[in-house]
Amino acid sequence: MRRREFLSIPAVALGGTLLYTLRKEPFIVHAQAQDGIVNVPLKFFSAEEAKTVAAATARIFPSDASGPGANEAGVAIYIDRQLAGPYGRDKYRYTKGPWVQSVPEHGYQAKETPREIYKAGIPTLSDNFASLTPAQQDEKLQSMESTTFFRLLRTHTIEGMFCDPMHGGNAGMIGWQLIGFPGPRMSYRDEIEQYRSEAFRPKPISLAQLVGHPVKGWEEEAE
Amino acid sequence: MKTLRPVNVVMVGGGWTGLAMAKEITHRTSLNVLVLERGLPRKASEYMEGMDELDYSIRLKMMQNIADETLTHRHSMKDPAMPVRQYGSFLPGSGVGGAGEHWNGMSFRFLESQFVLKTHLKEKYGSRKLPEDLAVEDWGVRYSDLEPYYWKAEQMLGISGKAGNLRGVKQPGGNIFEGPRSHEYPLPPLKMAYAPSLFRDAAEKLGYHPFPYPAANASEAYKNPDGVSRAGCAYCGYCDRFGCMIGAKAQPSNTLMPILSRTKSFAIRTGCWIRKVVTKGGRATGVQYVDAKGDEVFQPADVVFLGAFTLNNVKLLLLSGIGTPYDPATGKGTLGRNLTHQVFGVATQVYFDKPMNLFMGAGSLGVMVSDFDGDHGFDGSEPIVRGGTVWMTATGNRPIATFGMMPTGVASSNWGSGWKAAALAWRDRVGAMGCAGEHMAYRTNYMDLDPIYKDKMGDPLIRFTLDWTEHEHQQRLHAAQIQGKIAKAMGFPYQEAKPTKAKYNVTQYQTTHVQGGTIMGTSPDRSVVDTNLRHWDVKNLYVMGASTFPQNASGNPTLTALATVYKAADTFVAAHGGSRGQKEKA
Repeated sequence: MRRREFLSIPAVALGGTLLYTLRKEPFIVHAQAQDGIVNVPLKFFSAEEAKTVAAATARIFPSDASGPGANEAGVAIYIDRQLAGPYGRDKYRYTKGPWVQSVPEHGYQAKETPREIYKAGIPTLSDNFASLTPAQQDEKLQSMESTTFFRLLRTHTIEGMFCDPMHGGNAGMIGWQLIGFPGPRMSYRDEIEQYRSEAFRPKPISLAQLVGHPVKGWEEEAE
Repeated sequence: MKTLRPVNVVMVGGGWTGLAMAKEITHRTSLNVLVLERGLPRKASEYMEGMDELDYSIRLKMMQNIADETLTHRHSMKDPAMPVRQYGSFLPGSGVGGAGEHWNGMSFRFLESQFVLKTHLKEKYGSRKLPEDLAVEDWGVRYSDLEPYYWKAEQMLGISGKAGNLRGVKQPGGNIFEGPRSHEYPLPPLKMAYAPSLFRDAAEKLGYHPFPYPAANASEAYKNPDGVSRAGCAYCGYCDRFGCMIGAKAQPSNTLMPILSRTKSFAIRTGCWIRKVVTKGGRATGVQYVDAKGDEVFQPADVVFLGAFTLNNVKLLLLSGIGTPYDPATGKGTLGRNLTHQVFGVATQVYFDKPMNLFMGAGSLGVMVSDFDGDHGFDGSEPIVRGGTVWMTATGNRPIATFGMMPTGVASSNWGSGWKAAALAWRDRVGAMGCAGEHMAYRTNYMDLDPIYKDKMGDPLIRFTLDWTEHEHQQRLHAAQIQGKIAKAMGFPYQEAKPTKAKYNVTQYQTTHVQGGTIMGTSPDRSVVDTNLRHWDVKNLYVMGASTFPQNASGNPTLTALATVYKAADTFVAAHGGSRGQKEKA
C-alpha cells in the first residue's frame, strides 16, 4: 500500500457558506468561521499532484467577485476520488483493440485511461504551477486548451463544482448555492405553475438528506 | 453444453416489448413464458437513491456496460469502422425493464402517412424530386389497423395528454394533424412549466397548433385496466436516465412486472447473455446463452421471441445465420437494411429576462407543434419531402449538464473569471427549443457484423454504416427557421440555430431511437418479418420493437413498438387457442 498523502486546505476555504440571495445577483459571502488546516487524505494523487490540480481548477473556476469557486467546492478532492474509482481506470469504456486514430466524429479513440491522462498531463503544467502568479497560470492553461488533458480537467472541474457532495466536490453544497439549484427534491408539484418569472430558491438538500441516510457514489465500487 | 428444461415460449430481453408480450401470452393462453434478460433485476425502491446527476446522467449507470459490448460505426462503405468507445449518440438500457425504466415517457402515435410512406411519397411527388437512394417502405399495416392497439398501450401506460382528432373531429388544444382516435387520453395533460407555456402562446399567435406532449408521466393518480395503480407526477426533473422514485412514470417495473411477478406461467432469468437462436430444419428450437455463472447453456423452446434493443435483435439473427444479410451493392437481402436514427440537433435559444426554474420538470413535459411534421402543408416547392416537430420542453435542467448555457459571444473563453461571471448571470435564463425530424431510410444506411472488433464473448460487434444526407441537413435548416419564427414571437432576445452540414457524430446525443434492420412488411423480398412480427423464414420466431420499423417517424418509438406487439399478440393468441379477452390467472 502506498504512503498516505494529503491535500492540505485552509478550513475557511473549503465549503464556505452563501446567503440565499439568488433572487438577485449571487454574491460572495464569507466562509464559516473555522481556524486551521484540514488534511484531506488522497486516494489517487500525490500531495504535489493534488496541489497542482487544485491550483489549475481554481483558475478554470476561480474564487472571485462573482462567488466561490473550485477551491471552496473541493474540486481537486472530487477529481482524486473519480480517478481512484472505476471511471478513472476506464472500467466502463470499450477498451478492446486495435487502437486506431479516427475522425473527430468517432470521439476519443486513444488507449490512455483518465488516470493515465492526468499522470502524464500534470507534469506538463510545469513543476511549480501552484506557486506561479494567477496571470502566469492562466497563460500556461491557455497554451494547453486543445489538449485532451485540459478538456478533461475543465469537464471535471464543472462536475466537481455541481455534483452531489457525496462525490467529494460541491462541499457544503456551495456550488448549488451559487447557482440556486435546490438539489434532488421529491416534488415541485405545488411550485411548477406558481413560480412564473420568479425564482424559486429553497435551501439546497443533498441526496443523503433526501433519503435520510448516507449514499455511496459509484467511485466507491470495489475494484 | 447443458440443456435446460424446455419451455413453451422463450423471450430474449426483459424490456417493454418482451414483458408486454409475455403478459399477453401468459394471461390469454395456457402457454408458459420464460424471459431471459442480460442485465440485473431492478428494485424500484432504490430509485430515490439514484437521484444523482453524476452517476446516472453523466456516467450512465443504468445503461448497458459498454466495456462488454458496443457497436462500430463508419460513415460509408469506403471508410474504416471504429468502435463507439463511450456512449454518445444513443444509450441502450440494461436490466429488467430495459430502457423503459429510464426513458422520458414521450408517447406519440405516428402519423397516418408514415405507415404508407413509400406509396404516399410516390402519389404526392411522382418520381420527380425524391432524394437519391431512398429506401422507405410501407409498413403493411395502417394507422387504422393499429388504432385499437395504440389505445390499449395508452391505457396500460396511463398516458396524459389532449386528443387532437376524436373520431375525425379536430380538437382544439390537441395535435390536429394526428390520425383519428377512438378515445380521449386516459389522463389530462400534465401541469405546464412556464417556458414551454410561453412557446405555446407564441406558436398560437403565429397560427400554429401547439399541444402538450403525450406523457407516460401520470398527471394524476391512475389505475390501469390491469388494476395496477400509480401516483401522479411530482415534477422532480429526474426522468431521463433515472428510474422514477415515486413510480409516476410508467415503467415495466410498475406496470407489467406487478402482474407478471404473480403469474405462475411466467418466469424471468437475469444475467443471461444470449449468443444464438438455434434452428433445425427451418424451425427455431431454442436459444443458446451464457448464464449468470458464466456457463454456456441451451434453452429449448417451442417459440422464440426477440425483444432486445434494435442492435441486438439484428446482431442475434446475423450471428444465428437466420435470414439473408442485406447487401447495399445489389439491394438483395433484407437483414440489416433500413437503419435509421432521428433528426435532432437543432437548438434555437431564447434568453429570458428572469430565472425560469428549469430544474423543475418531467420527462415528457413540454409543448410541440406538428404543423411541419410529415408533409401536410408542403406543396412540393420545399427542399425537403418530410419535416418534423418543433418544441420546447421542461424535462429538468440539472446543474452539471446545463452550467454554462449563455448567448454565444458573451464570454471570450469557456473557462476563467469572465466565463464564470457570464454563466452565473445567464443561469436558468436560457430556454432551448428542439426539433425531431423523420429520418428516412436510404439504401446506404444499414447494419452488418464488424470484421474486426468483438464483444465480451468474442462475437463480432454490430457495425453501423450511417451518415446524414442532404435531406436531413435541409430538414434541420427548415426546423431552425420555424424555431426562429416562434422565438421571435415569444418576444425575448433569441439566437436562431445555425445547423451545419456535419457528418453523423457518435459522440453527440441524438435520441435512443434506433430503428430498422429487421423491418416488417408484406413481402419476404423486402422485409424480415410480417406484419404480425413473425419471421418470414423461421415461422416460430418473432422479432419485436423498433428494429421492425421500416423507417423512423418523427415521434418517439415506444408507444408504436407496444401497439405493434399488441397487434401481433392478438394473432398469436388466436392461433394458440387463447381468448381475446383478458383472462386473469393467479
